[in-house]
Amino acid sequence: MAEHILSSKLYWAIWAILICLTVVTALVARVDLGWFNPVAALLIATGKATIVVLFFMHVKYTSEKLTTMVIVSALFWLLILLALSLADYSTRPIS
Amino acid sequence: MSDSSVAVEHTPELRHHFADMEQQRNAASLGMWLFLGTEIMFFGGMFCAYLIYRLAYYNEFAVASRTLSLPIGTINTAVLICSSLTVALSVRAAQLGKQKLVIVLLVLTLLFGLAFLGIKGYEWREKFVEHHIPGSSFSFDEAMPGHPEAKIDPRHAQIFFSLYFAMTGMHALHMIIGVGIFAVLILMAWRGRFTPEYHTPVEIGGLYWHFVDIVWIYLFPLLYLIDRHK
Repeated sequence: MAEHILSSKLYWAIWAILICLTVVTALVARVDLGWFNPVAALLIATGKATIVVLFFMHVKYTSEKLTTMVIVSALFWLLILLALSLADYSTRPIS
Repeated sequence: MSDSSVAVEHTPELRHHFADMEQQRNAASLGMWLFLGTEIMFFGGMFCAYLIYRLAYYNEFAVASRTLSLPIGTINTAVLICSSLTVALSVRAAQLGKQKLVIVLLVLTLLFGLAFLGIKGYEWREKFVEHHIPGSSFSFDEAMPGHPEAKIDPRHAQIFFSLYFAMTGMHALHMIIGVGIFAVLILMAWRGRFTPEYHTPVEIGGLYWHFVDIVWIYLFPLLYLIDRHK
């Protein structure tokens, strides 16, 4: 069996990091950082999502390259959706 | 056929079109990831609409966002993270063949999921009371921060709340489906269906649950944390 069994300690550590980051993001939002506020919020959210995918969803330990390919292409398509739509709407006024 | 070069012992769990358990498990996992790929695009459309209107009506979105309860949103985020932990631990317990622990952890996940939905329902009820539900009875009587005479255009605030209800509503629907999936998993675990060799349903059910958690990880800062420092 090629299945990778992680230690429960690791899962608890990931949980602790996620809870800490949740508190941090709520606290950071209360400090005025100007344009950096939404950037910080999205960076923290992306950090949380990444460790959920890597550890809770076992992507870090998968030997299956197809899984990685599906994730990367899904994110790439999401990027197309967001980038092209925003490039359009942000360069003309909404009436 | 019987003297095929691949001598595989066919257990009841192994479907005949798979060579071995590992291939079957990988196929199931890949199928779930493909489904999650479509889910990314499904939620992506709503996130895109949100971004476009947030850029267009930033001040209105900020004022409307501040009417949401930050403590409740933070607690609900923590509840979902706890449920993700119990899911991850239940997959591990299934891998190790600890059948009782699997049931306990799946039940805990279900309870965390129901707690999330309960808190969400309480929040929505508050919105009803405050007339923040988009529609004919919508009213939004708030001013720009620091400018009491500059009232917010309620139509623009209504766009925020339309997106809020569409996004948290779709997320809650996914949670309800997740609770249903986990009820079935608990039943299967109760009947002793999961072994160290076969526990694919727990694993891919877990992938689904983690995905729904990730959607919330993004919804929380985008909906609750706009301009909180003012």
